[in-house]
Amino acid sequence: MSDMDDIVKEFLVESSEGLDTLDRNLVALEKAPGDKELMGGIFRAIHTIKGTSGFLGFGRLESVAHVGESLLSDLRDGKQALTPDITSALLRLVDAVRAILGDIETTATDGENDFLELVDLLTRLRKVEVAPAAPVTVTAAPTSAVVAGSAGPDLTEARGPHASDSNIRVDVSLLDRLMNLVGELVLTRNQILQHTAARGDAGFVATSQRLNLITSELQEGVMKTRMQPIGNIWAKFPRVVRDLALACDKKIRIEMEGEETELDKTIIEAIKDPLTHIVRNSVDHGMELPADRMARGKMAEGRLLLRAYHEGGQVNIEISDDGGGVNAERVKATALRKGLFTTEQLARMTDREVVNLIFAPGFSTAEQVSNISGRGVGMDVVKTNIEKIGGTVDVHSTPGKGTTLKIKIPLTLAIIPALNVSTARERFAIPQVSLLELVRLDGDEVGTQIEMVYGAPVYRLRGRLLPLVSLGHALGVEPDFWGPANTQRKIVNIVVLQADEQAFGLVVDEIHDTEEIVVKPLGKQLKGISVIAGATIMGNGRVSLILDVLGLAQKAAVVSDNRKRRAAEAGAGSRETDEGARETLLLFQVGLDHRMAIPLSMVARLEEFPRTVVERAGKHQVVQYRGRLLPLLPLAELLGETNIPVARDPIQVVVYHHEGRDLGIVVQNILDIVEENRTTHRRERGGAVSGTAVIQGKVTDLLDVRAVINDADVLLFAGTPALEPQLAGV
Amino acid sequence: MITARQFCTFRLGNLFLGIEVLQVQEVIRTQAMTRVPLAARAVRGLINLRGQIVTAIDLRERLGLPPLDGDREPMNVVVRTDEGAVSLLVDEIGDVMETNDADYEDPPETIDPIVRGLIRGVYKLSDRLLLVLDTEKTLVLEPTAPGGR
Repeated sequence: MSDMDDIVKEFLVESSEGLDTLDRNLVALEKAPGDKELMGGIFRAIHTIKGTSGFLGFGRLESVAHVGESLLSDLRDGKQALTPDITSALLRLVDAVRAILGDIETTATDGENDFLELVDLLTRLRKVEVAPAAPVTVTAAPTSAVVAGSAGPDLTEARGPHASDSNIRVDVSLLDRLMNLVGELVLTRNQILQHTAARGDAGFVATSQRLNLITSELQEGVMKTRMQPIGNIWAKFPRVVRDLALACDKKIRIEMEGEETELDKTIIEAIKDPLTHIVRNSVDHGMELPADRMARGKMAEGRLLLRAYHEGGQVNIEISDDGGGVNAERVKATALRKGLFTTEQLARMTDREVVNLIFAPGFSTAEQVSNISGRGVGMDVVKTNIEKIGGTVDVHSTPGKGTTLKIKIPLTLAIIPALNVSTARERFAIPQVSLLELVRLDGDEVGTQIEMVYGAPVYRLRGRLLPLVSLGHALGVEPDFWGPANTQRKIVNIVVLQADEQAFGLVVDEIHDTEEIVVKPLGKQLKGISVIAGATIMGNGRVSLILDVLGLAQKAAVVSDNRKRRAAEAGAGSRETDEGARETLLLFQVGLDHRMAIPLSMVARLEEFPRTVVERAGKHQVVQYRGRLLPLLPLAELLGETNIPVARDPIQVVVYHHEGRDLGIVVQNILDIVEENRTTHRRERGGAVSGTAVIQGKVTDLLDVRAVINDADVLLFAGTPALEPQLAGV
Repeated sequence: MITARQFCTFRLGNLFLGIEVLQVQEVIRTQAMTRVPLAARAVRGLINLRGQIVTAIDLRERLGLPPLDGDREPMNVVVRTDEGAVSLLVDEIGDVMETNDADYEDPPETIDPIVRGLIRGVYKLSDRLLLVLDTEKTLVLEPTAPGGR
């Protein structure tokens, strides 16, 4: 009996996979009716289901599949042509088979439903066209039937053994358990590494480094087993779009890019419903009717593009349509009518902010609630669900041209890199996804650089006001928002974080290292604390809380602020269309008017030093920096700039980290940090400049730091370690 | 029919309380505790129980008793729940005691309403009264007040 159960279970799993492919192939076949290979595949899938269900004694399933098979066989042999009616009927057949399989799974019988109406319809569809078509094709049919029939089994036999040899099915719960164990191992590894650092026994150090490596590789491997291509959930969209388009008399073509992009299974599951909702919305509300499209000079057939790609440890998913776009005026009117915002609030918003109001709770622009996308969930639920898994969603819309929804989600939820900080002697972990940069204010800077706007502390970060939030205050452990205790501090550490498009600075007591942490959920007694996302166990065995950056921002009312980073957004808009790998660049000014950039990944820190602390060591300028010597490289002079303005005081220094040593590059001004497209750069100049690009509408040279170092003085780098012992006592 | 039940007993101020043995996972000494800002007052913090993160509930706070004297350290009674383990902080651990259903009574109406809601019943032992703690109700805390304590 249990053998039988296993066979049935395997049949169910295989069939349901086959059905998903069927859906997709049927829709594809409608587009390309002559495709013999597609046709053969569809026929074989139904044929297999019919055969196996007969063998297992599921009579109802067999008879339903049988009529489908007969119709398909006629189609395959060219006895009749594929019409939209037939496609619809065949899709209904797939649904019926799916329903019966569901019955088998729950009740172990093939249910009560005979699907008589469908069987009838399929039989009728077959008869209608058989008569006139038969005489013409009867001679040609057998050959093609033989070809297709013989090609089929051959193909499967050839592929079959390979697939089963190199693949096994594994229960997801087993993978989850493995993932948990690896999580524990990562924690134990972190603890051992901390002990190792304290001891310093050479043999032990070597062993624990090996452990470190192996654990990382194991972690990566186990994470990979849980990865699935996003195509798995996209597979059902062609069918969804086809059915919907038919229902609303629209013509829509769906295209997919990056179906092979992989995501953790739990994330795939979590984004399935939001994505379906967005796709339905695009078809229902986004696309215009064919006549309206023609009137606007567009093709009658609309195009829905799904695109997925990796970027900076995250997965981006874009759903774009070339429909009518979001009507900002209508959005405003609805927001007003529903009392979500006031006229003044709306007047202050940019068009982009207005468009993003579709995610506001209680918002739905559909003039009439249709039975297609009006299913009781709004875009606010989509947004909440995506944010729940640490993702963000954003909408761009051009009136008359179309709408693009962009979703950014993490690759995995279980193990994330995080920055450790502490406040009020407690440690907290901040997920690195939200981290933009770290700023450290020393001595006098604390008093002068933190300014107050009507009681709210702000810091000028490269010319923009960055609202500051004290972590201690947000957590209720320090009474004053910006009390005397803070202004008397010698050092202020600001963690610049990104929440919902808005950057803000989180003031913490201390910043520690970064660590891979395993996210553990909190008990129900702690649910509902918006600023805490979970907990983790640190290398020292202590429990540490993981901060919820979005929750923090909301609590401190940073997000509702309208001070958006407009300049950055304007820049972002023009870059959206570019393709290729992006890179985050640090922009700075050299000399009077020379804009240059280097990849941010090469930058260790940005510093300001008063002129008075610059000293000489040999022929080099140096400063004492964090207990070591930092050689300074005057970039303007090295590049032979002719227009060297009077150096600023304090001098602006980009600390560059290279092979364990730091080097300070002196620049005139730090301008900005931008995300830029590497492919737009043209390599045309030699020497210290590796290329030129237009960034933020201005010509910018890319600095080749290595070349500069080599040109400047080879001994500069080589000499540094030798200098250190002599100068340590200075 | 007389049924015997076993209780893990502990002391909290003047109260002598018990939790059915089957609900108790283990009893451990004071652990390094991580405070949780903005949590309900009764949440003392989080402890690391062999890689599992467990919420520790201050039973004194929950029952409206004053905090334990400065230098005395509470014990953790770790109870199983459907949603993982939770630790209850108590003053002192007692013995495992066997009781008879015949000695059972509902809690008297007159006791402190806060305590009464969390006490399932009373066993009349020969020398004292054993109050049976309703762990389920004890672990349901009022939603966190906005802004914390």
